[in-house]
Amino acid sequence: MSSGPAIIQVSKLYKTYRVGEVDVHALRGVDLSVPRGEFLAVIGPSGSGKSTLFHILGGLAPPTAGEVLVDGVDLRKLTENERTELRQKKVGFIFQKYNLLATLTAADNIRIARSLAGNETEPPGFGETLELLGIHKRLHHKPRALSGGEQQRVAIARALVNQPAILLADEPTGNLDTVNSDAVLKILRDLNRQSGQTILMITHNPEAAAFADRTVTMRDGQIIGV
Amino acid sequence: MINKLVIENIKYRLVRTLLCALVVGVQVMLILTLIGLSRGMLEDNANRAKGTGADIFLKPGATISFSAGQIDAKFVQFVQKQPHVKLAVGGLIIPVPGELLTAINGVDIAQFTQLSGGFRLQKGQPPSEPNDLLVDEYYAQQHRVNVGQIYKLLNHDWRVTGIMDGGVLGRLVVPLKTLQELTGNATPSRISQIFVKLDNPAAIDAEVKHLNSVLEGNLTAISAPAFLSQFSISNIPQLRSFIYVVVALAVFVGFLVVFLSMYTAVVERTRELGILKALGAKPFTIIDMLVRESIVLAVVGCIIGIILSFGAKGLIMAIMPASLQVVTVPDWWPIAGAIALAGALLGAIYPGLKAARQDAIEALSYE
Repeated sequence: MSSGPAIIQVSKLYKTYRVGEVDVHALRGVDLSVPRGEFLAVIGPSGSGKSTLFHILGGLAPPTAGEVLVDGVDLRKLTENERTELRQKKVGFIFQKYNLLATLTAADNIRIARSLAGNETEPPGFGETLELLGIHKRLHHKPRALSGGEQQRVAIARALVNQPAILLADEPTGNLDTVNSDAVLKILRDLNRQSGQTILMITHNPEAAAFADRTVTMRDGQIIGV
Repeated sequence: MINKLVIENIKYRLVRTLLCALVVGVQVMLILTLIGLSRGMLEDNANRAKGTGADIFLKPGATISFSAGQIDAKFVQFVQKQPHVKLAVGGLIIPVPGELLTAINGVDIAQFTQLSGGFRLQKGQPPSEPNDLLVDEYYAQQHRVNVGQIYKLLNHDWRVTGIMDGGVLGRLVVPLKTLQELTGNATPSRISQIFVKLDNPAAIDAEVKHLNSVLEGNLTAISAPAFLSQFSISNIPQLRSFIYVVVALAVFVGFLVVFLSMYTAVVERTRELGILKALGAKPFTIIDMLVRESIVLAVVGCIIGIILSFGAKGLIMAIMPASLQVVTVPDWWPIAGAIALAGALLGAIYPGLKAARQDAIEALSYE
């Protein structure tokens, strides 16, 4: 459950993309506050701006205007290099398509995220996280030898290995069957409840959103319901 | 961890990696074979000149080129009369039509034996009759010539009397007079060069000076050490330029191969690069990764190239040892490796920059 001050603070956030000669207004004044330790679901139709919000919060894209604070860091002021460091240390990503590196084993997929952040050793207690995820016996396999559910759990481990301030999950169950979806969502909820991990999850699925503490709805680049 | 990713990437695309390294290897082999061939041919010529036993060479010009029958044979008697000259022997060199870089050498066999200390015969006897022919081991191997065989050269039937070790005078040795008659150099008697033996080899420089003075520009006297030193790549500007051109081509080919390989790798791995960027890989990390892959390609290619160069040498020496001589050039291994590496690094620059500039969001949505 949520507690304490906001770890994500977004006010009047605008994002405009230039596509050819047309300006696309992906975000039109988003205001959002996420307390530390909250599990928040963001739902909305395609094109509502969910992914753009996800990309800005994760430091993958700069905002056009407005204020974005993630764990006290003002994202408007960050250079490209500083946004890269934000991705290394403060943000963990979980993608719909898992996005594991096919050439590496599960263990090395996790290790490379740690290595890119400048650490070559596992954080203390990470073995328990791997046990919670149920992948500790599958770490020496490459992604092609893992089921979708296992791949997504490896991706969750990779997102957690640098002990990020926030975990951003973009449709984490979008490619999974019901059983695996439930398993992944329960893991996310357990992580949130047991270790107080702040999670922001984008989903189309109201059943998936029901696992979160709170749900916000987006449409046309704005938050229309909390 | 980056090294592990590089190795896993290479293993994952093993066939392409090996093909790419093979092409880099062929480039390295071409360089090593060209240098080995150039040096082998020059060393072979130098050894044969050294094998004559002459202290001084007299030729129409000051370079290692030879022209058939440019010297009046009367100069031999003139030189023989000079102080400290123990022996002067005239030689005629005639290229063999239709054969690559092969010439037939005519000398007075008895005089040349005295000058050189004799041919080192593997089989048979030195020429004693006008139509006798002595061949060296390489010519015998390449043309399958045996002692006692009648062999046609310059539209003339020769009797092969012996097979000698390589490294004395030339591949083919016949009596001077017969060669002069066959090639229109008998009347007046003309030759290509004069070999001079001194009674005191320590006085070579003084004797060269003396001969050049008395010959008044009609011939040029060159001491054996000076003459032999001309048989090096650095003393033949045309060969040096040719080598530079081949090296430049090799760098270009290496660049193109690695460029193409890395460019396709970057396009193929767009999503993978997007993942790495999302995980916090900096542009330098991405470039570093591709550069390391290119270095592996260059190093593996270089090893393949060195192995191939031994194969090329063996093949050339087995098929045409008389026409082409190749030596192993280990001193050029690091140079060829550096050339391969330079081509590979040049080839990695643009794909590396393209990968580093890749937008992570676009890359992650790449299918």
